[in-house]
Amino acid sequence: MDLKINGANHQVDVPDDMPLLWVIRDVLGMTGTKFGCGIAQCGACTVHVDGIAIRSCQLPVGTVGGRAITTIEGIGDTSAGAKIQKAWIELEVIQCGYCQPGQIMSAAALLAANPQPDDDAIDAAMAGNLCRCGTYVRIREGIKHAARA
Amino acid sequence: MPPAPEAATGLPRRAVLYGGAALTAGLLIGIELPWGAARADEAVPAGKRFNAFIHIAPDDRVTFTLPAVEMGQGVYTSQAQCIAEELDVALDAVIAAHAPPDQANYGSPVFVVQATGGSTTTMAWSGPLRKAGATARAMLVAAAAARWRVDAGSLTTESGVIAHGPSGRSIRYGEVADAASRLSPPTEIKLKEPAQFRLIGKPMHRIDTPDKAAGKTVYGIDRMLPGMKFATLMASPVLGGKVGSVDQSKALAVPGVAQVVVLDDLVAVVAGNTWTAMQGLNALAIEWAPGTNAGLDQAQLWTNLEKASLGPGVVAKRQGDAPAKLRDGDVFEESYELPYLAHAPMEMTNCTVHVHDGGCEVWTGTQVPGFAQTGAAKALGIAPEKVTINNHMIGGGFGRRLEVDGVIKAVRIAAHVDGPVKVTWSREEDIRQQLYRPLYHERLKARVENGRIIAWHHRVTGGSVMAHWLPPAFKDGIDSDAVDGATEVPYAVGDRLVEYIRHESAVPVAFWRGVGPNGSIFAMECFLDLIASKTGVDPLAFRRGMLDGTPRALGVLNLAADKAGWGTAAPPSPFGTRRGRGIALMNAFGSFLAAVADVAVSDAGDVRVTRLVIAADVGKVVNPDILEAQIQGGAVFGLSAVLFGKISFAGGQVEQGNFNDYRILRIDEMPAIEVHVVPSTADFGGIGEPGTVVTQPAIANAVFAATGVQLTRMPIDRALIAKGA
Ligand code: FES
Ligand code: FES
Repeated sequence: MDLKINGANHQVDVPDDMPLLWVIRDVLGMTGTKFGCGIAQCGACTVHVDGIAIRSCQLPVGTVGGRAITTIEGIGDTSAGAKIQKAWIELEVIQCGYCQPGQIMSAAALLAANPQPDDDAIDAAMAGNLCRCGTYVRIREGIKHAARA
Repeated sequence: MPPAPEAATGLPRRAVLYGGAALTAGLLIGIELPWGAARADEAVPAGKRFNAFIHIAPDDRVTFTLPAVEMGQGVYTSQAQCIAEELDVALDAVIAAHAPPDQANYGSPVFVVQATGGSTTTMAWSGPLRKAGATARAMLVAAAAARWRVDAGSLTTESGVIAHGPSGRSIRYGEVADAASRLSPPTEIKLKEPAQFRLIGKPMHRIDTPDKAAGKTVYGIDRMLPGMKFATLMASPVLGGKVGSVDQSKALAVPGVAQVVVLDDLVAVVAGNTWTAMQGLNALAIEWAPGTNAGLDQAQLWTNLEKASLGPGVVAKRQGDAPAKLRDGDVFEESYELPYLAHAPMEMTNCTVHVHDGGCEVWTGTQVPGFAQTGAAKALGIAPEKVTINNHMIGGGFGRRLEVDGVIKAVRIAAHVDGPVKVTWSREEDIRQQLYRPLYHERLKARVENGRIIAWHHRVTGGSVMAHWLPPAFKDGIDSDAVDGATEVPYAVGDRLVEYIRHESAVPVAFWRGVGPNGSIFAMECFLDLIASKTGVDPLAFRRGMLDGTPRALGVLNLAADKAGWGTAAPPSPFGTRRGRGIALMNAFGSFLAAVADVAVSDAGDVRVTRLVIAADVGKVVNPDILEAQIQGGAVFGLSAVLFGKISFAGGQVEQGNFNDYRILRIDEMPAIEVHVVPSTADFGGIGEPGTVVTQPAIANAVFAATGVQLTRMPIDRALIAKGA
């Protein structure tokens, strides 16, 4: 089947029910998107499908069709993604970094849909992304910082 | 086959190499190790590496081989700051490389073995790394002075350039690196005075952040190799059980499954990708021989621990005659119990291994490269030199990667696989098959006279991590970690007796962020609030009265109380009508922290922490921004533990399995956290763990204040504090 990822076309020969996460990571070797739980509990695997943040560990690749997939490797090419990444660097949000591709993807989707999110909007959009290093304080600040940029 | 990401993109300017590879020509500088092992400073021929932290290539690229491993705590940056400060190079010009297994060169001055943990990196390494930087700088300057025939004292250095002011000449480090490497290192090295610091003490940006923000960082789980296969595994759900029988056909029938590996204690499925391997494992019909632990049950584990805590214990500290004084008078007594906990770093256990030609190559992220090497060698029955460890950035350690069970299992599997294989654990396997924070029972007794404590007895009972992890450190029946935080206390509490009882169950135990003080200080701080409440005094005033001898402790306690507005009510919260404020103090890891927590408790007994104020005196600081981040993150780790953290056993099996039932805090449950740092010139203290330690009793004390119920077993049991309970 054909997948459109970060603007490029990829041909993959995989079963329809294989989660998009594993197609991206193991078949295509794009390892920025992370495996954290496999049951839509942690958000580490978040990617965008047509701009919507989705847990790729639960998304059968066969359902994606021709929709545009964006991963952490490509999010910097979007205006919201670039702002979030810049804010993350300026505010030093990141610790181990393992959850952060997912955090950045969720935050970028939020910012694209809501350019001035308040605390409640941030909590609602980011509650599905766990961070074991506990960077939540700075994630909140980072989103607000990006919104001001 | 996907390309290895680094091979595909080429080396980024500020790359993090793996395994210390790619060091070729130039200057390598070693240092004299603080415990006096091995050799003095010595320049080594180009291309050869030993006892080395610094490499300067002819093209000016500066590579630091960093002894402590980066797992989010910021030590690649703080270590690089120490070297770069003395070497006079810009931090963003530095390439960081992971140190290979090499105890003589990279063994921790604290542990002797090569290990990153226990909040020790800065106290252990800042001195040696600065000395290495200063030594290299002196040799570079000497080489330039010789070339220009001028006095070395007339030269200055900045950002990798040596300048001679009088003549206006300058030369880059790379141009003299080769000549410098042939000089003898100076015998006397003068380090910079703090007033001269350009990097140390400054909130420098982390060197690992840009790659992490771009998703380019290669963690162990991201390693791709040509011809690699992907595997996942399952060990006996009952602790210590064995494989009975396996019908492999169902797994082999899954398209893409290549192989089933059956070992005595686990089954692995090997496939063309991880998901297919997981499908194969799910399809397998495995019969387990559960063995002797099938009856293991949490209530029994608690009971056994409690029985063991009745004593007698081994004396860890004796001052005066506490038992005699505790025989009469106003004596208070309580016990506090801490559960098993899983580390659950976001990057689950994984390891890639290629066993071939009588040797073995390992790609993983480990806090203990030396243990990984010897563990792999032992599993294969080969010499350690035959094992190469390629270390990686770690997606969260917290103690989990101080253990090498994941490496050993992967090596045992890989021994049956042709070519390299990446073994990735499922989250469920990671939660159910690891080594846990020990179950602790902390028994406390104190006598109060005229509002002061005059006798104190603290008995710690639990499994010993030290006994298996660093046997020489388990001395005379005492686990120095388990009683850390109990033997030395900031308070004047009169005569003291501190005891330890080692009590092992079948459950394997490991260090967990905050280690021993998580138990000992939690118990002490809760107990102080119990006494304060029973004697009708304010918890803050009660503590202040015992801190005359420890001004740094009093300082952080007062600062936290002041910033939090101690004496006023915790603010209202829509979460619950019962509100409370709690305080706690800790001195461990060479640092002093105090925390004030505000909580709201719902009628159903759910607890929401609404605000957290932390004051810290951690001595000198290499990077204040990383310090703040570590305290914030440490606090969240403590929050998760108090509110949700519990691993329990039923029928010999761990009852939790993923983030739905082993909860960690989410952002919508997150309080505001304020961190206030006391400027200090005292020695460097640890910062990775104190935030975790001090937060837990502050929250428990706030819940006590809000509900009038002191919970003595963690995590918080909502049934016990539900309205009308
Ligand atoms: S891996 Fe998909 S949500 Fe955790
Ligand atoms: S930064 Fe480590 S898990 Fe979020």
